[in-house]
Amino acid sequence: MDTQNSGARSVLEGPDIARVLTRIAHEIVERAKGAEDVVLLGIPTRGVFLARRLAEKLEEITGRAIPVGSLDITMYRDDLRMHPPRALARTEIPGDGIDGRLVVLVDDVLFSGRTIRAALDALNDIGRPRAVQLAVLVDRGHRELPIRADYVGKNLPTSLRETVKVQLAEEDGRDAVLLGAKPDTQAAER
Amino acid sequence: MMRHLISAADLTRDDAVLILDTAEEMARVADRPIKKLPALRGRTICNLFFEDSTRTRISFEAAEKRLSADVINFAAKGSSVSKGESLKDTAQTLEAMGVDAVVIRHGASGAPYRLATSGWIDAPVINAGDGTHQHPTQALLDAFTMRRRLVGRDAGIGKGLDGKRVTIVGDVLHSRVARSNVDLLHTLGAEVTLVAPPTLVPVGVESWPCEVSYDLDSTLTKSDAVMMLRVQRERMNAAFFPTEREYSRRYGLDGDRMAKMPDHAIVMHPGPMVRGMEITAEVADSERCTVIEQVANGVHTRMAVLYLLLGGNEPAVTHTRTEGN
Repeated sequence: MDTQNSGARSVLEGPDIARVLTRIAHEIVERAKGAEDVVLLGIPTRGVFLARRLAEKLEEITGRAIPVGSLDITMYRDDLRMHPPRALARTEIPGDGIDGRLVVLVDDVLFSGRTIRAALDALNDIGRPRAVQLAVLVDRGHRELPIRADYVGKNLPTSLRETVKVQLAEEDGRDAVLLGAKPDTQAAER
Repeated sequence: MMRHLISAADLTRDDAVLILDTAEEMARVADRPIKKLPALRGRTICNLFFEDSTRTRISFEAAEKRLSADVINFAAKGSSVSKGESLKDTAQTLEAMGVDAVVIRHGASGAPYRLATSGWIDAPVINAGDGTHQHPTQALLDAFTMRRRLVGRDAGIGKGLDGKRVTIVGDVLHSRVARSNVDLLHTLGAEVTLVAPPTLVPVGVESWPCEVSYDLDSTLTKSDAVMMLRVQRERMNAAFFPTEREYSRRYGLDGDRMAKMPDHAIVMHPGPMVRGMEITAEVADSERCTVIEQVANGVHTRMAVLYLLLGGNEPAVTHTRTEGN
C-alpha cells in the first residue's frame, strides 16, 4: 500500500509492530529463562523507544520490572572523521549497572552492522555484561561485519538502492516501517 | 564556519547552547568507572603555554586524554622561546610535527588570533587565555555552571540563561574572564552588571553589552549569580586602589553581603581565590560557592569544545545545525 511518503511502501503497520514486539519479548523470556538478569539498552533514537516498549511487554509477561536504558554510540562510530561531529545523544545505564547481566541491545534497523560494533565498544567502557544479545525490529541485510541479531522482528531483503525508515509514535506520531527508493543523488552509504 | 575558538564573542547562541548540551553529556562520562571516549583517537593536540597556568593546562590535558587524544605539553619556560624563538618558529615546528590542534595560552592579547590567521599553521587553535583579552572556555564553563545551578541539569538542555542576572565583581580592567563572560552571557540572554572601583573599569566599557555599577551592595539583592574576580596583584603595576583593606571593605564578598543575595543565588570564582581579600573563607567554603564545581565543569566543557571542533572532518560549531529549541 502506498503512503503519502514520496512513494514509500509500508511493510509493517502499527498493529504488526506491536505483535512483533510481543513475540520478541516472549523469545527473550524463553531464551533467558525468565529474563531475571536482563537489561535492555536501546540505541538512540528509535531503539530507545523500542527498548521501553519491550520492557513493558516483558514486565507484563514476567511480572517484574525490567531495567531499561539507552546507549549512545556516536563517539564510537568508525566514520566519525568522515562527517562533521554529530550532537551526542543520551547514555543512561540503569542504576545497578550491567556487570554480570544479560544485556539486550535494541535497535530499529540492522544494516551494515557497524552501529552494533560501535555499541559493543561502548559497552566495553561501561562494564562487563555476562552476555550481549541483539534485538532489532527490521533486518535489511547487507552486513559488512560478522554480526547477526538474536531477535528479529522482520527479515526484509532489500536492495542497496532502497531505504528502510522506521517511524514510531513517540517520535514520528505513528508506527510504521517504510520501504522506499533511495534518491539518486545519495551514494550507497547508509 | 568556525575552525578556531578565539573569542567568546565569536559564538552564536546556537553554538554556545550546543557546546553546553554536549558538555552535559560529557559530564555523564565522568560518572563512569572508565572515563574515556575514543572520539579523538589518533589526534595529537599541543598545549602551548607561554604563560604559567597549571589549572587551565591540567583541565585541558584531562579533557584531551578523556577523549583519547595524544597530548604534547609545551611550556615556554626552559624551552627555545626563552632562547628567543618567535611564535612563528614555534608554530611552524608544531606544523611540521603534524599537530592536529593547538591550545594556546599567551601573555599577549591577540596571540591566538595571530596564530590562527597567519597561515603559519593549519590546525585549529583554541584560546586558553590571552593577555587581558579573552578566555572563552572559562566563560563556557561558567555559563555551564550557572545553567546547571539556576536552570537545572536536565531542564537546562537546549536552553540559554535568559533573564538571569549575573554580577561580576572586581578587577574588570585586567580580566579576560570578565570580558569573555560579558560576551557569552549576553549571547545566552543573561543580564550582566559589572561592579568595580572606577579605576578598574576599562575605557570603552559603555560599548559592552552590560551595566556598570560602583556599588556592590545595591546589586547583590537582585543577582542570581555573583562572580568574584581575582585581584591580580601581578598586573597591579599602578595604584588602582588605596589599600587592600579598603578594596576588601567595598568590593569583597563576606557572609553579611552573601546574606543579602536571594536564597537561590550562587557565588562563583574563576580561581585561584585570594581568601580574605576578594572573598572571605566563610563565603568560599559555603554551599553556595561553586568554585570546585567550576573546576570539574571545566573538564566537561573543554571536552565538548574539543569534540565539536575536532571530532569530525570539519567543526560542528557554526555549521548547519540549528536543531534544539
